[in-house]
Amino acid sequence: MREFFYMGGYAPYVWSAYGITLAALVLNVWWIRRLHRRGLEQARNASDEGEPAPQARVRQL
Amino acid sequence: MKLPVWFHKLGSPPYVYALAGKLSPWLGAIGCTLIAVGVFWGLVIAPPDYLQGDAARIIYIHPQTAYIGMQAYVVLAVAAGIGFIWRLKVAHAVAASAAPIGATFTFCALATGSIWGAPTWGTFWEWGDPRIMFELLLLFLFLGYMALRAAFDDREKADRVSAILGVVGVVNVPIIHYSVLWWNTLHQGPTIMQLGAPSMTTDMLIPFLITMFGFMFFFYWVLLDRLRAEIVEREQGARWLRELLAGSRP
Amino acid sequence: MDLFLIVLKRDLKLAFRRWSELANPLLFFMIVTAMFPLALPPNTAQLQALGAGIPWIAALLSSLLALEALFRSDAEDGSMEQLLLSPAPLGSVVLAKVAAHWIVSGVPLLALVPAVALSFYLPVEALAVLVPALLLATPTISILVALGAALTVSLKSGASVIGLLVLPLCSPLLIFGARATDLAANGEATAGPLYLLASLAVLSVSLGPIAIAAALKVGLE
Repeated sequence: MREFFYMGGYAPYVWSAYGITLAALVLNVWWIRRLHRRGLEQARNASDEGEPAPQARVRQL
Repeated sequence: MKLPVWFHKLGSPPYVYALAGKLSPWLGAIGCTLIAVGVFWGLVIAPPDYLQGDAARIIYIHPQTAYIGMQAYVVLAVAAGIGFIWRLKVAHAVAASAAPIGATFTFCALATGSIWGAPTWGTFWEWGDPRIMFELLLLFLFLGYMALRAAFDDREKADRVSAILGVVGVVNVPIIHYSVLWWNTLHQGPTIMQLGAPSMTTDMLIPFLITMFGFMFFFYWVLLDRLRAEIVEREQGARWLRELLAGSRP
Repeated sequence: MDLFLIVLKRDLKLAFRRWSELANPLLFFMIVTAMFPLALPPNTAQLQALGAGIPWIAALLSSLLALEALFRSDAEDGSMEQLLLSPAPLGSVVLAKVAAHWIVSGVPLLALVPAVALSFYLPVEALAVLVPALLLATPTISILVALGAALTVSLKSGASVIGLLVLPLCSPLLIFGARATDLAANGEATAGPLYLLASLAVLSVSLGPIAIAAALKVGLE
């Protein structure tokens, strides 16, 4: 088990590579879900007020 | 020109929103499973490399992220081109969604590549390597596209202007690829080991392909979800969205 | 062809009216070139190694400077909209404007380059390749930078983003051109990259104006 984490001495390299990639993937999923939720909330709030929401500005990311 | 019905349907934001919503969980499930299986296989079951030892295990994520990054750019360019020619909002939304995801994958390719290079090449960065330069230029293409989009206030203008950039970029990609390859044959640098080249043993090839497909499914999963978020943002105030939200309210 | 010549003559006339502005990109070229030995150890061997590439980088950056506002003055005073409304083929107009700019800033650059190259101890054989290579590459550079200018024509802060758009697209030119010069300095054959630069020039001059015209139409509609 210890050998697995040790990765033949290359542990920092292998684990940081896999770690960065995994983090990037998770971040992507989480950020997109957040964007989606925010958009739906904005739409919901606007329709609650009985008027169409203002045209959202071009937003990035 | 007479276009098939499905093409017109795909131009409709509510239709695509619903369709993407139905498809994406499947893509996500398949993608995440394949990635998990592939990563486990690569880290645990696959043998260490004869020369590089366990450092070679990065081969199960590095080339895959690079390949998906390139695929993302092609998706971006094709979608942007379709959006420009047929004036389809949804196509532009696809292009807008593909950019940050492609940039992320390309960044991962550069990061994992440079981490891999540290113990194996002795340096974490090698300006002389064509693939590093190609990935770096691809990242700049993504970032330039996103920067151009962000500079416009009018969304439709942003869509159409960046579409031109996207299409010109994709034409340039093979030229850039060839030029960096040619450049490398001149470079009097260390002999770069061709990892991932033709001769890969089966016990490495299997996890390699599993993660490749895993990342591909993952990309399309995340792309569809981003597309849905993008559609919601663009369609703020649209009737179909209001009705959809009203219908789903408890 | 008529329209092309009319616009070409007009733009050349306009450019020469403010001839002091023509000097700016050329001065910029010289200054950028001078920055390199200041930032790097100025020993002969180092500079000679860099001498093949420095004129290229300086030429790219000064093109950005020169062409960045290519369409903006016409866009601001409304003459661009007139052109867009007219039945004239926008592609010819664009090509004429880019050609005028190339004549006015690209070609004089070629006159400065030999002095710069020799100052970096570049051998004469390399110079014999450097100038034709730049001659072939500068039209492509002009087209690509003009495309960047067209994409950002309606933006107030276009200047800040144009470099990010254009420089990655110019990288093949840099590679073929600078490396060809290097090859010549080492006495090797350079026909390959020169032909490639020529074909890129043909490609960009034929297809570029279409993309530039499309970008202008979209940007100003």
